[in-house]
Amino acid sequence: MALLEIDNISVYYGEMCVLRDVSAQIDSGEIICVVGANGAGKSTLINTISGLLKPKTGKILFNGEVISKLEPYQIVEKGVIQVPEGRRLFPNMSVEENLLIGSYTPTSRKKRKENMEKVFTLLPRLAERRKQIARTMSGGEQQMLAIGRALMADPKLLMLDEPSLGLAPKMVSHVLELIQNIAAQGVTILLVEQNVYHALKLCNRGYVLENGSITLMGTAEELLNNPHVKKAYLGL
Amino acid sequence: MGVLSSIINGILMGGVYGLLAMGLTLIFGIMKIINFAHGAFLMVAMILSYWLWKIMGLDPYLSIIIIAPLMFLLGYLTQRFTIKPVLDAEKDVREPIGALLLTAGLAVAIENFILMVFGADYLMAKTAYSGASINISSLSISVPRLYAFVTSLVVAFLFYQFLIKTELGRAMRATGQDRGVALLMGINVSKVYSIAFGIGTALAGLAGIVLIPFYYAHPSVGAVFITKAFIIVVLGGLGSVHGALVGGLIIGLIESVAAQYMTATWTAILIYFAFLAFLLLKPSGLFGSRYEW
Repeated sequence: MALLEIDNISVYYGEMCVLRDVSAQIDSGEIICVVGANGAGKSTLINTISGLLKPKTGKILFNGEVISKLEPYQIVEKGVIQVPEGRRLFPNMSVEENLLIGSYTPTSRKKRKENMEKVFTLLPRLAERRKQIARTMSGGEQQMLAIGRALMADPKLLMLDEPSLGLAPKMVSHVLELIQNIAAQGVTILLVEQNVYHALKLCNRGYVLENGSITLMGTAEELLNNPHVKKAYLGL
Repeated sequence: MGVLSSIINGILMGGVYGLLAMGLTLIFGIMKIINFAHGAFLMVAMILSYWLWKIMGLDPYLSIIIIAPLMFLLGYLTQRFTIKPVLDAEKDVREPIGALLLTAGLAVAIENFILMVFGADYLMAKTAYSGASINISSLSISVPRLYAFVTSLVVAFLFYQFLIKTELGRAMRATGQDRGVALLMGINVSKVYSIAFGIGTALAGLAGIVLIPFYYAHPSVGAVFITKAFIIVVLGGLGSVHGALVGGLIIGLIESVAAQYMTATWTAILIYFAFLAFLLLKPSGLFGSRYEW
């Protein structure tokens, strides 16, 4: 059984259809990426899984249970956690407070101490800066904190929306390496990226989203060698 | 009354203004809604406290135990059953104005309901300490105002501790800073709104209760206070908790000292002009709210 199953969903903003009949599935332990151009509907897909948007038709199942009718906080409680595009930290809170908020749900609150230690081991820079106010940190540090905050929620499925956006090249590889480390600890990953080459290098399988529909899917290798992907996304 | 006495009594009154404004700024900071019914809630608490004193002989300060939870509940239910549906319906509207109009309508409805049930009389709980004052040579300090001030400061302090130290307070600040991400953290934002509105209403209620031993209540007394609360909140910086308290003290002080030298009408005019002049110089208020919450 798939960990996450997206079953033929369509999502609308008012009259406008932004996702049309999208189906996808993610198995436990996989790293999946969704690639596509700006405006293809990648963030919409992630936000629909998180429950911020409701599909008009179709359904989403997590561990075999329909989650597409649940409220966002109920979906978080199940372990489906999102790192939103642009970090979106709580700007006036310290590093520590941002992490504490990450473990707000009753389930993750019980493992708060343990998870914070894990986060600090994985991201020692955050430990040095516990009291620093989030908005005063650099873009790369903020991205680390955003990921750390998501880990505090004890994710089963971690969804990252454009984690490399706006980062220096060195920082990009650092973030991707971090994602790999998280996956190695048994967390299933759904990665949304415009940085197609890097994303495909990292993942097992991928989906290509174009104008709200999935046009291609396959293993990372298949997609990297696909002529359309090469031409449209890799500039080869 | 000497100038020093009026300074002190003005500051004492300012503490109550600050408490009232804190409730208003809390609701704005978290929900981004301007609550026009805030003054009406203050009035309801004043009237309730008066009647508990009148009928049962309950001291207004003891009535806090009953009225504060009641006001919280009133605010909680008001948000849950009137504001929430409007907010949900306007979720995708670029300039939502429904909630604002709704609270203005609530204010009118509450005032008229109280008028219908309790009449238009001017009511004040004339307790044993209502007329008391502490006199040190020429200095005269009103005892009920002193009690009101001390209570306001204690409540303000506890409220602030709640905001920065507790899990729920942190969730409220997070919601105020970024509602969308608060949802992604597993915060039930709609419930946080209800609790924030409940606490804001309870703060207005507390301000009303401490006023009733020395200030006359009537169905439209809220209008007097909400206007001041708006000025204070903008003066302090919209959404700023510190700003609300400091702004309250400043307005209380100006009002009291000015009353020594001019009529009440001129005092009001002075306050508005001072306020306008201040806004021209510093539109974001004393403590711009960008870094609050």
